[in-house]
Amino acid sequence: MEIVNSNCAALSNYEVMVHLQKLKDGKTKNKGQLATITYETLQYLENTPCNFQTPENIEECLKALDAYGLSKTEKLMMINTPPTTALEIQLMIEESEERLSEEQVEEILQLLTQHFPHLLKEQNEAEERSFDS
Amino acid sequence: MFILSEMRNVTRIPPELFNLKLNDAIAGELNKKLANKVVLNVGLCIALYDIISLKESYIFPGDGASHTRVNFRYIVFRPMMEEILVGKIRSCSQEGVHVTLGFFDDILIPPSALQHPSAFNENEQAWVWEYDTADGSKHDLFMDSGETIRFRVTAENFNETCPTGPVTIQESQENIDAKVPYSLTASINEPGLGLLTWWDN
Repeated sequence: MEIVNSNCAALSNYEVMVHLQKLKDGKTKNKGQLATITYETLQYLENTPCNFQTPENIEECLKALDAYGLSKTEKLMMINTPPTTALEIQLMIEESEERLSEEQVEEILQLLTQHFPHLLKEQNEAEERSFDS
Repeated sequence: MFILSEMRNVTRIPPELFNLKLNDAIAGELNKKLANKVVLNVGLCIALYDIISLKESYIFPGDGASHTRVNFRYIVFRPMMEEILVGKIRSCSQEGVHVTLGFFDDILIPPSALQHPSAFNENEQAWVWEYDTADGSKHDLFMDSGETIRFRVTAENFNETCPTGPVTIQESQENIDAKVPYSLTASINEPGLGLLTWWDN
């Protein structure tokens, strides 16, 4: 076996999830290692925000993020693990203080919750849970 | 986190699979060969993405199987350096905090990359971040196994795990844990990293 190109494209978590779901629900039964890894990976992915995403809202969100001059990998991270606080944006974007103003960070956060409304819901639920306990 | 890798292989289809369509048979064989395996300097292979091209199939003298040259793309788990990921704590030990993603277990946060100051609690077998509150007292934040943790990937390490010659039973038992084909090193020594509950408010 030869490796032609070890990294010809990056995939978002959503794309991987959809592909694996198709594999799992396919006609032919998966066997052995393939069954193990698809099951485990799906378990992980279905617990991440990508479970609520659709191709449409990802595309719209990416278009909206274009205005902020982020790199491709930074945008990919934003889609895979959408930040909900300014602190998380600081982690994902290198030298974010210089590249983005505070208003822009706020705008990005708003933009993400607007395109992925479930993020907000999850946050509220988490808060409610912490109040209950 | 996930990438596509383009690879080329000559795939052998044994005669008992000749009833299948060639594409399906090849997809099955490629998944059997690669799924859940680490390819050196590529990453952890997850599943076949698509077949790009198939060349003619050959039958060699003395073997009933057909051999087909195939170009294909495979989904591979290989996080970028500096990528932020979310996982669960598998266990804590003197070497640091072991993190799992469910399908990938070999992630270690060494003590030097934990929040400062952190200490290992022998009784609880957990790392503790001794957070300094403003009034001078310490607030202990435990890192229990099972907790969700956000971390930054800082290094990756591939290990050649060639099959070796026959070894004695005792030796093989010792070696089983020692060789990890692909491992990641992570850090949480920045504000915002660590257990998700630390940064909720």
